[in-house]
Amino acid sequence: MNGLKRIRGGGFHWGEFAIESFVRVAGGSAIFLVALIFFFLLREGTPAFWEVSLGNLLSTRWYPTFGFYGLLPLLYGSLLVTVGATLLSVPLGLATAIYMRELAPPWVREILKPLIEVIAGIPSVVLGFLGMVVVAPLVRQWLGLPTGLTAFTGSIMLAYMALPTIVSIAEDAIDAVPKAYRDGALALGATHWQTIYRVVLPAARSGILTAVMLGLGRAIGETMAVMMVTGNAARMGREWAALFRPARTMTATIAAEMGEVAQGSAHYHVLFAVGIVLFLVAFAINGVASIIALRGVPRRGGRLIR
Amino acid sequence: MSPHIPLKGAQASQRIAFGLLTLAAAMVVLPLLLVMGYIVWQGVGAISWEFVTAMPRNGMREGGILPAVVGTVLLTFGTAIAAIPLAIGAAIYLAEYAGDNWFTRLIRLCIINLASIPSITYGLFGLGLFVLFLRLGTSLIAGSLTLGLMTLPVVISTAEEAILAVPQSFRVVSISLGGTKWQTIRHQVLPQALPGILTGIILGLERAAGETAPILFTVAAFYLPRLPRSPLDQTMALPYHLYVISTQVPGMPLQIQYGTALVLLIFVLSMNLGATVVRSRARRRRRW
Repeated sequence: MNGLKRIRGGGFHWGEFAIESFVRVAGGSAIFLVALIFFFLLREGTPAFWEVSLGNLLSTRWYPTFGFYGLLPLLYGSLLVTVGATLLSVPLGLATAIYMRELAPPWVREILKPLIEVIAGIPSVVLGFLGMVVVAPLVRQWLGLPTGLTAFTGSIMLAYMALPTIVSIAEDAIDAVPKAYRDGALALGATHWQTIYRVVLPAARSGILTAVMLGLGRAIGETMAVMMVTGNAARMGREWAALFRPARTMTATIAAEMGEVAQGSAHYHVLFAVGIVLFLVAFAINGVASIIALRGVPRRGGRLIR
Repeated sequence: MSPHIPLKGAQASQRIAFGLLTLAAAMVVLPLLLVMGYIVWQGVGAISWEFVTAMPRNGMREGGILPAVVGTVLLTFGTAIAAIPLAIGAAIYLAEYAGDNWFTRLIRLCIINLASIPSITYGLFGLGLFVLFLRLGTSLIAGSLTLGLMTLPVVISTAEEAILAVPQSFRVVSISLGGTKWQTIRHQVLPQALPGILTGIILGLERAAGETAPILFTVAAFYLPRLPRSPLDQTMALPYHLYVISTQVPGMPLQIQYGTALVLLIFVLSMNLGATVVRSRARRRRRW
């Protein structure tokens, strides 16, 4: 009823025009902001490419004090930690999502759902702290390593950072599978597990893939939890054992070194260039995720069984 | 219950599979519960009235964490001021004004992109634009703007969802009674969408309050045993403080580290709880 007494006949309302203009500008602001962010990253980062030779940037040595700016060990570190995190978090997250949707009694779901939201809310620096004081010593003892601050420890922390994303999106995807599919499978004599495995999961495929991609995106951009537990040694190992040695990611490198460099130095520009790489990688991962998500939406009566 | 007669093997594999699924769910939740319980157990001894209201002394090894607490509260408010008007405006635009065209799709793409940018990259951007280019220096303003920018996509998408959830009939009735478009939004749609919008804002601010990477170069002071005097002043902040005392200060008593982690956790999780309360109360009072 509130609105009624404010109505004036016809005419042009300046107040309304102003506020609607603001709304329109705000709507377009996202485009402006992305452009602004990219512009500033480029502005500060591109000088790196003529201050430091390409051969140097593509070398395997990161030692900025002596002018070695090889980005490969950092890329390698990020990749190693992220792959480790994906291997841990995807099976765990997917299984948890299936458990919550298909198996858990209602009261368990009522507890699990808010709990997973709480996990999503834990600040990464708190997880990093926990990783340092609890997880790293355990990793060192159980695996008999000289130090617990390894890429593997980082993977564990990252897996837990990515899990809430994976669980909640995969859960929605499983939930979106029409009930008729399930009923059809059960009526044909399949067990509950066969129904999940052969019918529900394939039907929820695109949503699950989206969940995995978004979890991956979360993992590769994570900074604090990784920086505090990976030991931060910029090295490249060719063998699997590298996972159990210290590593250094792109994010951790920026966080650890930006505070100490002089503005405008080559080191400063290279760190911004690393930021550009991160920006592009995250954009690509999320782009793929949203393409998968968009493709998978209308799925009615399509081919399910090959 | 189901009227089919499965084979023995199928039942056995079902039992194994379900066992594994349950185990996985337990592996996700239990370690975190254990570890959080451990923080509470270790940290609760450090927390006292003095701990949250006293200045740090002796290179942070004694005394309290007042400047970090105040800094985080101020930053959270600053983030709210920086993010909320723009985010709500954008959400209203997307939900009520935007047509189905390339411009809208571009906006959505950009919002997804904003949400995907790693927090450390926001930190770099804040350093480049606010701290250096606009000469705000490492300051509360620069930090709040950086965090606000990072919070934008979260608030925009949740607020848009809340606005879209308001049934069309509310709009139809308002317009048919002679309300203008804006009057309809202002007096019918927004009040109905408010709880959802509020939830989005709280969740966005919760994330901002716990972030460390964006404030590393834009606001955070390593050790500053006084309260900030102006928006252009540096400040300590809880997440950065936890990082500093757990990695950069040798001989730091473990109890202070656990205590700081616990205070940060309580701060952030109570915001989470607030969002849950708002949401469930609104669900009960909803008129549709």
